[in-house]
Amino acid sequence: MTERNDAIIIGTGHNGLVCGTYLARAGLKVLFLEARDVAGGMTSASAIDDDYHVPGLAHTAYPVCPKIRKDLQLGKFGYSDGKAIETIALDETGRHLRIGQRSVSGPGLADSDADAYVQFKNEFLDYARALRPLFENKPPRLKNMGFADKSTLAKLGWNIRAGLGRESMNEFLRVVAMNMYDVLEEAFDDERLKGALAADAVLGHHMGPRSPGTVLTWLARLYGELNGPLSIVCGGRSQLGHALLQAAEASGASVRLGAKVKKILVEKGKAFGVETDDDEVIKAKLIVSNADPRSTFLDLVGAPNLDAMFAQRVSQIRGAGNVAKLHIALSGIPEFTGLTEADMDNRLLIAPTAKYVEHAFNHAKYGECSVDPVLEITLPSLHNDSLAPPGHHIMSVNIMYVPYDMAGDQHEQNATFAYKVISQIGRYAPELKSLIVNHELLTPRDIERQYHVRQGHWHHGEMTIHQSFMLRPVHGAAQYDSPVDGLFLCGAGTHPGGGLTGLPGRNAAKRILATSATT
Amino acid sequence: MTIQKDHFRQAMQHTPFHARLAALTQTEEWTSWNGYMAPRVLDKLSTEYFAVRSSCAVMDMTPMEKYRITGTDAFRFLDRLVTRDLSKLKPGRVTYVVWCNDDGKLIDDGTLFQFGEDDYRLCAQHHQFDWLVTSSMGFDVSIEVETHDVAALAVQGPTSYSVLTEAGISGLDELRPFGIAHLSCQGFPVVVSRTGYTGDLGYELWISPDDALQLWDAIFAVRDRYDIHAMGLSTLEMLRIEAGFIMPGFDFNTAESTVREGYDRSPDEVGLDWVVDIDKGHFTGRKALLAERARPARRRLAKIVVDGNKPLGEAFIFDSKNGKQIGEIKCATWSPILKANLALADIECSNGKMPRHLWARIDYQRELKWMSTWAECRVTDTPFYSPEHRSTTPPARF
Repeated sequence: MTERNDAIIIGTGHNGLVCGTYLARAGLKVLFLEARDVAGGMTSASAIDDDYHVPGLAHTAYPVCPKIRKDLQLGKFGYSDGKAIETIALDETGRHLRIGQRSVSGPGLADSDADAYVQFKNEFLDYARALRPLFENKPPRLKNMGFADKSTLAKLGWNIRAGLGRESMNEFLRVVAMNMYDVLEEAFDDERLKGALAADAVLGHHMGPRSPGTVLTWLARLYGELNGPLSIVCGGRSQLGHALLQAAEASGASVRLGAKVKKILVEKGKAFGVETDDDEVIKAKLIVSNADPRSTFLDLVGAPNLDAMFAQRVSQIRGAGNVAKLHIALSGIPEFTGLTEADMDNRLLIAPTAKYVEHAFNHAKYGECSVDPVLEITLPSLHNDSLAPPGHHIMSVNIMYVPYDMAGDQHEQNATFAYKVISQIGRYAPELKSLIVNHELLTPRDIERQYHVRQGHWHHGEMTIHQSFMLRPVHGAAQYDSPVDGLFLCGAGTHPGGGLTGLPGRNAAKRILATSATT
Repeated sequence: MTIQKDHFRQAMQHTPFHARLAALTQTEEWTSWNGYMAPRVLDKLSTEYFAVRSSCAVMDMTPMEKYRITGTDAFRFLDRLVTRDLSKLKPGRVTYVVWCNDDGKLIDDGTLFQFGEDDYRLCAQHHQFDWLVTSSMGFDVSIEVETHDVAALAVQGPTSYSVLTEAGISGLDELRPFGIAHLSCQGFPVVVSRTGYTGDLGYELWISPDDALQLWDAIFAVRDRYDIHAMGLSTLEMLRIEAGFIMPGFDFNTAESTVREGYDRSPDEVGLDWVVDIDKGHFTGRKALLAERARPARRRLAKIVVDGNKPLGEAFIFDSKNGKQIGEIKCATWSPILKANLALADIECSNGKMPRHLWARIDYQRELKWMSTWAECRVTDTPFYSPEHRSTTPPARF
């Protein structure tokens, strides 16, 4: 390779693309290396077979951070908000709740709960807004603070004290470290509503609603809602990954697909290039890893090139995925008891009570799949008819909890598990089975293999308090840089974590540019 | 390995040499050394001290923590563990090593023995198994605790070569300092290294615990021709200070046992910069040590000679008489052979330079009455005591 690269981005997940595009727009020569044959990471499309296409592993999304959308001119490259959807909390007897951003309705819902929901959402959206400076900047260092760190903390303090006001601040400080279950118990009576909100707080995490820190994970989700309403990821030009790829290429960056990095080359504590699976060595001054921190440090850099304690900390990052994905090819729109066809383009949630969600989590603690799992169901083909043959549809189901490390024979369990889940949905949509053409189950192990993410974890690592903010992913690599000079992280494993906000990528790019400017 | 089920009945374990030590001790001054019963003094401090400096003394080193490190990555693992460039170490040789945590602060020091291509023994003052295991991630290496399976005996002093030869261990003639020889004594195997912690001519003998008493008896059998004494930890303390050797956990707080910020020490700060090969490749603490070297030095453990003969104890060090306190004595001894007050002192640097002229305020008692006096101190860069016969090969025959 004689071509000069300033920066190599390992992986083209949405955060990698965001980061690399910022760097390219700042004048750096950027090369993306993607192991898969498609860019976009978990937002990229896949297929069950030739006829049925799945828009992404992530099947619902809040809009990307508006600053990124503006900076990278994503609108110009086709990105747009999807159609706003609501959540329908399914009830086996057909008494479903419709949960919108600021309203909730449904048979048998008390007015007091409907009012409490509006107040609750407003209050918690205010909390999420107060945390904005923390999410949108590199996590401040508490020791040897720089100006940026002080500024972030000052803004955070101002937002919490002055933004929220005294009463709200007190309440925020009271609930922020609580678990979601207790908070919901205080706020609502309706079991369906508590179940749906409890599921939202723990979606993608190895946590039940009674786990500590679940108010914080819910606030991280609500941060997304500040950017706009939830929508179905449905593929095509409007897709985030697609628009980001266009933006990256337009900014002058090169993208190589099918180029799996097997090693980050380090000499005397400095990263100077990568080696691909084809033994090709590509050099660059900056190596930015969109891969999860454990893969980056333990597989690509290797513990021998790191200090012992740091390697130990990385190896202990908690991040075993426990959400499986079921894709079902259907010959028609399944009829759900109590729902019209027009309702079906929303997000359907099976989490009837908060206790149900906690029960589902109990199994995962012991390496078992939930007997009655929490299900998040979408039909993306209702938003994009090119995904399936005419009249046919694709159903995408997130299943919680399916632990990465299962006790017993994993293979055998996988074979029967998909049918169990289909039967469970069948309790709400009795005709479902007769419509099934094909299906595909992705367990966390399959997600690990297909998406090259350690233990198949959505967020590249649990978003527990001890792995958040200035401790994400670990102390010593929490400001996007790492103990290896010239090596940076930009994926969901960094602050502020998972989701399709693009913030880890943006914060990392800012950090890289600030660091390169001073050296 | 069998698990002992009644070990708790005995507060301190006996080493394989215990029967002989117990028979020799006149003071019954025992202390715990890594859980073993070890003598502070057996006879008289001066007797034991002068045995090492003018004839020969024997010390039971079994409680020393010993780790056998083998496997295809043994070299890479150790080279990443310690600060020194191990590519210079060869089979049959020993080297002095230190290792740091990520912050470049000292965890411990020790001697590293290379027996074969991928076969090493690491001897350390403190228990290191957890740190070794932590450091082993990513390496194909086996770490075995040998502490209780290898008996160790130090034989130190100008006549030690003659004593061991007369005791039936032949083949020591060409053994150079820091060399290892696989020899035998009365038919059982003895691994001998020309190493020690006394700064004198001396050897360390590594054997099976089953042969321990036989080895001891073979050595003491020549006592009629050579003045041989058993010695304890108090004597060793005097000797190692004279030799300028440091003791982790005493002269500085080891990193993994330090709670307060700034109370741990880097190799440079204790005068071990010569053991750090910063450009050899990656090792734990390298980045921190590089950063430290880019800043002016903050402190240094210095060898000082203090005027007068008042017992030093734990004195403070000042930049001038009644001046500013800039350090403290970590260990001190009166050196009978040099007739001088010796100490290792932790001294603050000013503008990266260590002051060479210091004052110690010595508080001492005279018939239970506390007195205070000032003594001038001189910093020295070489060991206080390093006799020529320590490194002569072959050693002189007595």
